[in-house]
Amino acid sequence: MNSKDREQKNQPILAVENLCVAYGKIKALKEISFQVYSGEIVSLLGSNGAGKTTTLNAISGIVPAQSGKIVFRGQNLVGMPTHKIVQCGIAHVPEGRRIFPELTVEENLHIAGYLFSNRNKPLLEQRMEYIFSLFPRLKERRQQAGGTLSGGEQQMLAIGRALITGGDLLLMDEPSMGIAPNLVEEIFATIQTINQKNGLTIFLVEQNAMMAMEISNYCYVLETGVIAHEGVSKDLMQDDSVARAYLGESI
Amino acid sequence: MRVKNFATPLLVVIGIAITFALSYYGLVNAYYLQIAQYVGIYTIMVLGINLVNGYLGIFSLGHAGIMAVGAYTSGLLSKYVLTDPALFPLCILLGATAALISGFVISIPSFKVRGDYLAIITLGFTLILKSLLQNMEFVGGARGLRNIPGNTNIMWVFIWLVIAIAAVRLFINSKYGRSTMAIREDEIAAELVSVNIKKTKIVVFGFSAFLIGVSGGLLSHLLSYTNPNTFGYAMIAEGLIMVYLGGMASISGSFLGAALWTLLVEILRPLGVWRWIVGAVLLIIIMIFRPSGLLGGRELNIGAFLRQITRRDSAKAALEVANGGK
Repeated sequence: MNSKDREQKNQPILAVENLCVAYGKIKALKEISFQVYSGEIVSLLGSNGAGKTTTLNAISGIVPAQSGKIVFRGQNLVGMPTHKIVQCGIAHVPEGRRIFPELTVEENLHIAGYLFSNRNKPLLEQRMEYIFSLFPRLKERRQQAGGTLSGGEQQMLAIGRALITGGDLLLMDEPSMGIAPNLVEEIFATIQTINQKNGLTIFLVEQNAMMAMEISNYCYVLETGVIAHEGVSKDLMQDDSVARAYLGESI
Repeated sequence: MRVKNFATPLLVVIGIAITFALSYYGLVNAYYLQIAQYVGIYTIMVLGINLVNGYLGIFSLGHAGIMAVGAYTSGLLSKYVLTDPALFPLCILLGATAALISGFVISIPSFKVRGDYLAIITLGFTLILKSLLQNMEFVGGARGLRNIPGNTNIMWVFIWLVIAIAAVRLFINSKYGRSTMAIREDEIAAELVSVNIKKTKIVVFGFSAFLIGVSGGLLSHLLSYTNPNTFGYAMIAEGLIMVYLGGMASISGSFLGAALWTLLVEILRPLGVWRWIVGAVLLIIIMIFRPSGLLGGRELNIGAFLRQITRRDSAKAALEVANGGK
């Protein structure tokens, strides 16, 4: 898929237009715009402090948008409280995982699933089974307290907790952060599986640019609150200047 | 399964019958009866405190003030307005409703403020209320409210206690209960799984205040008297001690904490003022060895305990048989 294909598709599932976010006087995001189309994996790359997490937090309403529009399936999300936004079908895996540490793996998933399934027990069970089939490790540890899991397992739990809400757009904030390399590969493989087999649209924020570009269709590069580059992942990977300037020498 | 379904209502009915007989015929020494009533009343209060401080994980010091609202409202009502003893439950209910409204008020600062700052705000609420009561002549001022009809008896305490326990259990297993625990664990993550933080906080604070109000009403009708000083620092401290002693976020822990502390205070009575020191030292020891209280986050489950014992016995028996077979 190239840029043209992308534009020929109809409505994007998520369209961000001229979004501005500020913390006090510091402008974190300066009129950024981007689109995510249904079925895609889109990555948002950039170094520390570029505004990646702020972008995700603004989409799910954790951080208020100063101006601009965030349109999800034709509905403007700006000004909506977070709990309403997630009910619209946006599942957010937050930065630092933020699982419920004193609750067991099962309880972590149950709380999220319970609130979304409207007491529909078979649906909840079905979704639990789906999560456990994606992450068999979680099934082994279902009675273990979330806080005692390893970093990678906590990340799996955080992804599971987001997936059990049954949303159509998955926002992921640095799923590779602080995790053993072999588990990172496992998690990225699962992300691809979720996308290809279940058709879930994924918007991925990553510092690990190489891995993110490998699995994503389209990339945006964020630099101090402005989108500096964008393009189909394959093209961007070949573009040396982009790689050197924004993604680090190692690439 | 069937026996289990009948067991609880049966126990409740038997309990009501026994407590009714106790209060009606005066079968037990009045002193012991009074202690039992204290335990019941404090359990209701501790359940209320536990909802906010334990299940919701917000450190609030508002319970003494809320209890005063319940105690004074129901006391005034039964003294001046609803004087018929048959209307006693209604007085308690209205007192608890007034407390519930004060709970809603306290929940508002919890939307933005957290931790120590919220503790200071709720402490302020308690102290403001205490000063107000001290300076309002029509409720007796600093002398307190006298001649409240002594309508509280062990039966009413038991009935309210059953209602309180059942309500808290239902609540904890409901959608709100789950939301409450999610907020305690991580507020942002809770929001991301669609918990309405404000609404949940309002509901929990309100429910908590309602229970504390019930206990306040029962207490003032037990002593036939209430005064502003009852609801000062001492009550704040005792409430917290009972919660932390018994266990955070635990229903059986709430009962355990209330019972242990009340009994301890009575047993140590000969020590005079020194008993507070013994109590405080005990609390320090518990905090060191069991930071979340004796039953923190867990419930005492007699059925499961018995099953475990019998299983161990049968396992032992099986082992013996196996060894004997050799």
